[in-house]
Amino acid sequence: MENMNKKEYQRYAEQRVPKPTFLKNNTMAFVVGGVICVLGQFIRNWLVENGLDDKAVAAGTAIILVFLGALLTGLGVYDKIGKVGGAGSLVPITGFSNAVVSPAMEFKTEGLIFGVAAKMFVIAGPVLVYGVGGSIIVGILHLLLKKG
Amino acid sequence: MQTVKFQNPPSIVSTYTIVGPKEGEGPLKDYFDLILEDDMWGQESFEKAESKIQEEAIKSALSNGNLANNDIDYLISGDLLNQIITSSYTARQLSIPFYGLYGACSTMTEALSLGAMLVDGGFAKKVICATSSHFSSAERQFRFPLEYGSQRNFSSQWTVTGAGATVLSADGNGPYVTYATTGKIVDMGIKDATNMGAAMAPAAMDTLISHFNDTGYSPADYDLIISGDLGIIGKSIVIDLMQKEGFDLSEKFTDCGVEIFDHKNQDTHAGGSGCACAATVFNGYIYKEVLKGSFSRVLLIATGALHSTTINQQGESIPGIAHAVTIDINKG
Repeated sequence: MENMNKKEYQRYAEQRVPKPTFLKNNTMAFVVGGVICVLGQFIRNWLVENGLDDKAVAAGTAIILVFLGALLTGLGVYDKIGKVGGAGSLVPITGFSNAVVSPAMEFKTEGLIFGVAAKMFVIAGPVLVYGVGGSIIVGILHLLLKKG
Repeated sequence: MQTVKFQNPPSIVSTYTIVGPKEGEGPLKDYFDLILEDDMWGQESFEKAESKIQEEAIKSALSNGNLANNDIDYLISGDLLNQIITSSYTARQLSIPFYGLYGACSTMTEALSLGAMLVDGGFAKKVICATSSHFSSAERQFRFPLEYGSQRNFSSQWTVTGAGATVLSADGNGPYVTYATTGKIVDMGIKDATNMGAAMAPAAMDTLISHFNDTGYSPADYDLIISGDLGIIGKSIVIDLMQKEGFDLSEKFTDCGVEIFDHKNQDTHAGGSGCACAATVFNGYIYKEVLKGSFSRVLLIATGALHSTTINQQGESIPGIAHAVTIDINKG
């Protein structure tokens, strides 16, 4: 190894890793993400037909999608969808549901407090922190700009 | 000198291997002593299941050799879990003087090296060396929950579920442990914990070169040189860079992680990993082929990535290590 320094080795090692199949990944993310969104649209239309107002439709659609994500996680299906769909199943709200339910299931063995409750947000926590934090910053900017 | 030549080489008198269902569908399935249908094995957690796997492997290695617990002077074992709980909770059931090791996936050869030194030094008549890993207990400690829908990198490896145990004895008719080369930590700055083959390959090379220099053996003196869990990427790095160092390994060298799974059909990406990878391939495939006479001298070089998720998140790179032992049908 004397004839190679650390930087050279890291570059050499990187070259040995097969490149991700971008085209296939993007296509599958588009298809899977698209299917989830179309499903969401169907749920939305169905709720509108049943006479719910705008606010209730938005909440109802999210609730049903979150439930479906949780159900498919519990049935051991969502990780298989995620393996194929990648970002397509990660970004929609069903992916958020999967990110909360999967650690909650996994850490059941450590009990309801230190297991399920404490570990539930281990993946989704950063999304919540920066999502809510970001929305507060945008809100403050909006308020300032509107006043100015 | 990094290598010990044993004056009275300890003999391997008994081994036992247990693997999970996925390993039991792999190319080496006929070499394992017990294939589990369910990787929980009736236990309520993955950690407890792993402990049961290691315990049963040790007990069965003893009964295979017609030995009782009190025939064994030392139990030397380790695993991947924090505070090596698998090994300690296994040792709790066995009442054998116990040394716990942490060498990550290099544990099998670390245990064999130390066990052979204890026997050769006259401090023990018989020792048992064991290690285990479990896909699901490793995933939850190092990576994501099982049901989380993520995609694995092409360079990532699949932790082997299973355990292997080896009984070394001052008497016996071989095969013998004739040399042990203790590895130094080598860290070439790889930080990607999903590419551990690349992180460990330089350590494997360092130990291999020291071994050849210390013993006077060349790759041609071995029938098989096999690393623990470098996987497809690490293996190709070792062959390529060893060629540049003047050692032609292309014909004799392979890796337990490459052999244990059928990567195309079992979706294991760069190959198997985990303490049990080297342990089950060695105690199953290699030991049985040596007994059959297919190999008369084998160099087993188990490799370990000695990082944790905490230090990795703090931006540190992955220190690699590799310990080598020579298994020979003759006393050397």
